[in-house]
Amino acid sequence: MAGGKGGSSGVSDRVAAVAAWPVQRIFGLLEYPLAAIQRSVGISRMPWIFLLPNLAFFGIFVVVPLFINFAFSFTGGTELFLGNRVYTGTEQYEFLLDCETFGDPTTCREDRFWKGLYNTAIFIFFQVTFLVLFSLITALILNREIRGRGFFRAVFFFPVLLSPVVVALIWKWVLLRDGILNAFLVSIGLDKILFFVSPEWSMFWAVFVSIWAHMGFYTLILLAGLQAIQPDLYEAAEMDGASKERVFWRITLPLLWPNMLVVIVLALIKGVQIFDEVFVLTGGGPGTATQFIVQYIYNTGFTEQVQNFGLASAASVVLGIILFVLTMTQLAATRARDNG
Amino acid sequence: MKYKIAKLLVASSLAATLMTSTALAETELRMMWYNDGNEGEVIQKIIDRFEAENPDISVVLDVVPYKSIIESLPIQLAAGEGPDIARVTDLGGLGKYYLDLKPLVEDSAYWEESFGPFLNWLAPDSDQISGFMTQLTVTGPYVNKTLFEQAGVEMPGEGATWDDWATATNAVAKKLDIPIPMAWDRSGHRVAGPAIAMGAKMFNAQGEPALVDDGLKKMSQRLYDWHQDGTMSKELWGSVSGSTYLGANEDFANAQVVMYMSGSWQIPQFADKIGDAFDWWAVPAPCGDAACTGMPGGAALVALKDTEHPKEVAKLMDFLAQEENLAEFYGETLFIPGHLKLATGGVDFATDDPRAKHALETFSGAVPGISPVAFDLQGYKNNRIMFNALISRLNEAIVGELTMDQAYERMEDDVAKQLAEKERN
Repeated sequence: MAGGKGGSSGVSDRVAAVAAWPVQRIFGLLEYPLAAIQRSVGISRMPWIFLLPNLAFFGIFVVVPLFINFAFSFTGGTELFLGNRVYTGTEQYEFLLDCETFGDPTTCREDRFWKGLYNTAIFIFFQVTFLVLFSLITALILNREIRGRGFFRAVFFFPVLLSPVVVALIWKWVLLRDGILNAFLVSIGLDKILFFVSPEWSMFWAVFVSIWAHMGFYTLILLAGLQAIQPDLYEAAEMDGASKERVFWRITLPLLWPNMLVVIVLALIKGVQIFDEVFVLTGGGPGTATQFIVQYIYNTGFTEQVQNFGLASAASVVLGIILFVLTMTQLAATRARDNG
Repeated sequence: MKYKIAKLLVASSLAATLMTSTALAETELRMMWYNDGNEGEVIQKIIDRFEAENPDISVVLDVVPYKSIIESLPIQLAAGEGPDIARVTDLGGLGKYYLDLKPLVEDSAYWEESFGPFLNWLAPDSDQISGFMTQLTVTGPYVNKTLFEQAGVEMPGEGATWDDWATATNAVAKKLDIPIPMAWDRSGHRVAGPAIAMGAKMFNAQGEPALVDDGLKKMSQRLYDWHQDGTMSKELWGSVSGSTYLGANEDFANAQVVMYMSGSWQIPQFADKIGDAFDWWAVPAPCGDAACTGMPGGAALVALKDTEHPKEVAKLMDFLAQEENLAEFYGETLFIPGHLKLATGGVDFATDDPRAKHALETFSGAVPGISPVAFDLQGYKNNRIMFNALISRLNEAIVGELTMDQAYERMEDDVAKQLAEKERN
C-alpha cells in the first residue's frame, strides 16, 4: 500500500515537473529584461515596475475619465468633445441644487435628480441592512457541520455568476401579470397583483432581487471570516459555560468585524451604484418610484434628444462626493469603535 | 523540392486571394439599420444587386436594435465615428450630421420630385438632399373587430370621437371580460396626433414651440381619466419611467386589448403574427373638437457627412432610391411609400391578407386628412424634446406623483430647459 502510494506520488511529481517546464521556460525569458530593468531603476523601485500595468489601466480607464467628467460638469451644450463645449462655471451645480425645500423633490428645479437621490437612499437603507443580515445568517449556517454544506454554498453563490440583466429578466418573467407568481396566486384563489404598477411593490422587488443576486458574494466573504476564527476560542468559551448568544456577541461578531466592514462598505457602494438590474426589472417605474440616481445620470446624458452631458457629469460628481463621504464616515466610525 | 513547390503554391494562392478580394471590393460602406419587420431581408436583396453591379463597392448592413439608433447613433455621430449611412427616425434632430447628396447624385431633380416634402423633414433649415423615407408612417388605432362582433357592440363609424371609442371599447371589454379596453403606445408622438385633434397648436404665433394649451390639456385629461377608470391599464404606461417607449402590440396580438393606438408600421407584424386568428382592423383616426388626425412620421435612410466615401455613398443611395427598387421595397415590406409617385398607387403590396390590405388603405387614405399642425410638428427638428416632456410628465401625473397642473408646468419647463441647453452650442 505504502509502495503504491509512493509510486503514485512519483508519477504525479514527474507530471508536475513536465507541466512546470514550459512555465519555467516562459518566465526564464522574462528574467533577462527584468534583470536589466532592475539594474537601471534599482531593487527598491522594482515594485512600481510590477504595479505599472495595473496603474496604467487604472489611470487610463478610471483617473483620466474622472478628471474629464469633472471638467464636463463645468460646461454646457450638446457638443461631445470638451474643447468644443461652452464653459458655464458652476451653473450645472446651481441648477441641480436649486430647491425650495430639500425634503420635497417637487419643489426642486431638477426634481428627478432629487427623486433619484431619495429613492437611492431608501433603496440602500433596506438593501444594505437586509443584505448584511441575510448574508451573516447564511454564513453562520453554512459554517456549521450541516449535511449538503458544499451544495448549499454553491446554491447561494450561483446567482452571483449570472449577469444582472439575466437576473432581472428572470424575475421580471416571474412577476409579470401572467408570470409564475401571479399564476400561483390565482391557483390558491387569490387575485393577481400588478407588481410593477405599485410603487411599494416595485421598490420591494428591486430590493429583494438585488439581495437575491448579490447575497452569495457577501456570504462568501463572511464565511471566510468565520473560518479564520480560531476554534480554541469557542472551546474555551464552552468550557467557561458561556451561552451561545454571548459567544456570538463577544467572540464571533468582534472577530468577524473586519469582514463585516468590508461587506458593509462594498454593499453600500454597490447599492448607490444600482442601475442595470432595476433598469431591466422596473425601468425606473412606476412613474419615478424606482428611478435611482445612476439611471437619472444615464437618462440625462444619453436618452433625451438633448444629451445633457454637463448636467449628467455634475450629477456624477455629486454622487461621487456622497459615496466618498459615506465611505469615510463608515471608516471613521469603525476606527473610533476599534480605538474605543 | 516538393516542399518548396508546395510552399510557393500556397503563398501565391494566398496572395492571389488577397489581391482579388481587394480588387473586387475596394470600398466598404457600412449601413446602420434596424428592423420593424422583414425590411432588413428586403433591403439586403436590393443591396446584393447593387454589389453585383458595382463589384468595387461592398456594403455591410449592421442590423442593430432600435434603441441603438436612438441612443448610440447620436453619440457615434458626435464623435465622428458613425456609419456611412443610417436608418433614422429622429429625422430633423440629427440633421447636422447628414451629407448633402445634391451635388453627388446623378439627377437631383428626380430626388426633389420624388421625395419633395420629406426632404424638408430631414433638413428643415436648408434645401439639401440627405436621403429618402424608407417608410412613411401614420399613427392611428387598430381594433379587434372579432371582439366587437362577439360582444354584439357596434363599432363606431367614420367621424367617431375618442369618447365614442372609449365607451364602445369599455362595453366590449366588460361583456367579454377583456383586461384592457384601450391601449396606446407609450410615446409622446402617439399622443400628439389626438392632442392636435382636440385643438392643440404645438407652436405659438412666432412659430416657437408651445406644448401646453387647451387642446393638449383636453387630451391629457382624457388619458389621465382613462387610466384612473380602467379604460387604459396603468401596467403599460405606469410601469416604466421617463420617456421610455413601450408598445402594446403583444397584448393586442394576444387579444388582450380591444383597441390599440399605434400606427401603420405594425401592419407587417400583425399580418405575420395575428394573421387570420382574429379580425384586426385599422380604423380612421378618431376625432376631437378640431380635427380627425393622426401624426405623420417615418423612418429615413440618410447619408452621413463623416463618410470617407461620399461618391460611393451617393451611388448607393441613387441605386436604392430608384423607383423600381423602392416599389419592390415598399411592396414587400408593406410600408406606406415615402415616394410621391409610388404613394399614388404605384406599389403592388405583397399580401393577400384582407386585413393588411384594409389597414394599408386606411392609413394611406388618412394622409390627406392629416392636420397641417401635425406636419409642422413632425418637421420640427426638436420635436422629440416636446414628445419626451409630454409623455414623461403626463405619466408622472397618471401614477400620482404630480397633479395635472404640476405636470403641465414641468412639461413647459422641460422643453424650455432642453432648448436652452441646445442653444448654448
